[in-house]
Amino acid sequence: MRMLRRNANWIATPLLLAALIWIWDIYVQAFEVSPLVLPRPVEVWESKQQLLTDPRTLNHVWTTLYETLAGFAIAILVGVGLGAVLGKVRWLERTLNPFIVGLQVMPKIALVPLFIIWFGFGPTSKIVMAAVLAFFPIMTNTILGIKSVDRGHRDVMISLNATRWQSFRDMELPNALPYILTGMEVGIVLAIIGAIVGEYLGGSTGLGYLAVATLNAFDVQGMFAVIGLLTIIGFILYFAVVMLRRFVTPWHEAVLVTRQQD
Amino acid sequence: MNTRPDATVADTEILLANLEHRYATDGQDVLALTGIDLAIRKGEFVVLLGPSGCGKTTMLRIMAGLIRPSSGVVRIGGRPLWNNNVRDDQAVKELGVVFQDANLFPWMTIEDNISLPLKLRNVPRPARHEKASRLAQLVGIGGFEKRWPRELSGGMRQRAAIARALSLDPGILLMDEPFGALDAMTRDNMNVELQRIWMATNCTIVLVTHSISEAVFLADRILLLSPRPGRMDTLLEVGFGRPRDLYVQGSAEFQTIVAELRKRLDAMH
Repeated sequence: MRMLRRNANWIATPLLLAALIWIWDIYVQAFEVSPLVLPRPVEVWESKQQLLTDPRTLNHVWTTLYETLAGFAIAILVGVGLGAVLGKVRWLERTLNPFIVGLQVMPKIALVPLFIIWFGFGPTSKIVMAAVLAFFPIMTNTILGIKSVDRGHRDVMISLNATRWQSFRDMELPNALPYILTGMEVGIVLAIIGAIVGEYLGGSTGLGYLAVATLNAFDVQGMFAVIGLLTIIGFILYFAVVMLRRFVTPWHEAVLVTRQQD
Repeated sequence: MNTRPDATVADTEILLANLEHRYATDGQDVLALTGIDLAIRKGEFVVLLGPSGCGKTTMLRIMAGLIRPSSGVVRIGGRPLWNNNVRDDQAVKELGVVFQDANLFPWMTIEDNISLPLKLRNVPRPARHEKASRLAQLVGIGGFEKRWPRELSGGMRQRAAIARALSLDPGILLMDEPFGALDAMTRDNMNVELQRIWMATNCTIVLVTHSISEAVFLADRILLLSPRPGRMDTLLEVGFGRPRDLYVQGSAEFQTIVAELRKRLDAMH
């Protein structure tokens, strides 16, 4: 019984997915939905096969991956760096806080046209968009992680006469790591969105561009295939970050718990 | 290791003179500790005992350099602990501090936790780990060096915390209710273990507790503090031979001292 429950997700999840696709197919057939509105799953599948055999597809995938990962890397560097400074220097954080909140509520997607004017139709404007979106959750989580150091841990470092740098290296930064990873899990998803939205609005490569191009050619099943491909890429990137947790914070409770369940 | 009433100044390891501490809460000035004059001899085991609010933890944190007293002098091995606003690094090196919680860093293995003070003083890694393994043996957690703190029991974590406090070979161990979070049985064992570690290292120990029997079992001298503001109430010598075993607690003499302290404590309210 316990074995069954533990392995249930390996059976139930694919079954649920199959059921959803089946319902989709039945719905399209029963209501005679136009293929321009919603194609049948089989048609999408055929389009996807076509897409995967097209050598140009790989180029689009690489472009989107490159933009996403480059933007994500910038977001990590700037987010952790700035977060660490703001976490340690309280007056600076208090001064900048209204700006941070303001920038966070601002609909950043609306900046894409501006970025295209500033950085051109090439990959740079998409990288910037990906970085801008992914940066905020990483920075705010870093600040939180740096600030939430246990009082007792602080006492230990004070009683050992540790320097500010030593306290940061051996206490604040490792304490912030689980928080930073949580920020990265949110950030990688936003980085993909940033890159794709950038491609939607300008440029001639990438899966975002391909989605728009297929739609413009009334190739709706083709567009669905592109979205399916994007979802798979998103899945892989997200789980790569989740897996990172095991290597970066093997000591953390969340990691120990999942290890015991394995 | 017994106390000598005729101790000279040269024997003094910790000196507190004219100590007073105030702190401000909600704009109000609160006197936490006053009139503290105490000389603790090298190798002595002193227990600070008192009800909550008597300032015993404040007093220990002042000795540890975690709090700077409002007025008065703290000397560690003859050196003033504070020079202007800076703690004297040589004096700090002589102090090992153990808190009520083990306060191990969860992101470091036990050996890295134990040898953290050495890392902060730039001792190379192999030497650090060699020392950590010797200290782990001393405190009775040999073989657990590569584990994460989370994988150890509360008592074992506290042993690791003691090992960390000992890693710079300090002359003084300052302990703030180190076994307060442990269950009664583990606590009795840890007290016997602490006595063994103390005798093996020849260090001076100042320990804070609110358990009378723990105080009488461990101490060469007990300083009883009275609350609001914290003042020195009674200084009491405890003359049982060393090493003491847990059965000493059953002796009539032990019970008499406990009863006497109990009476003093009850009179404070």
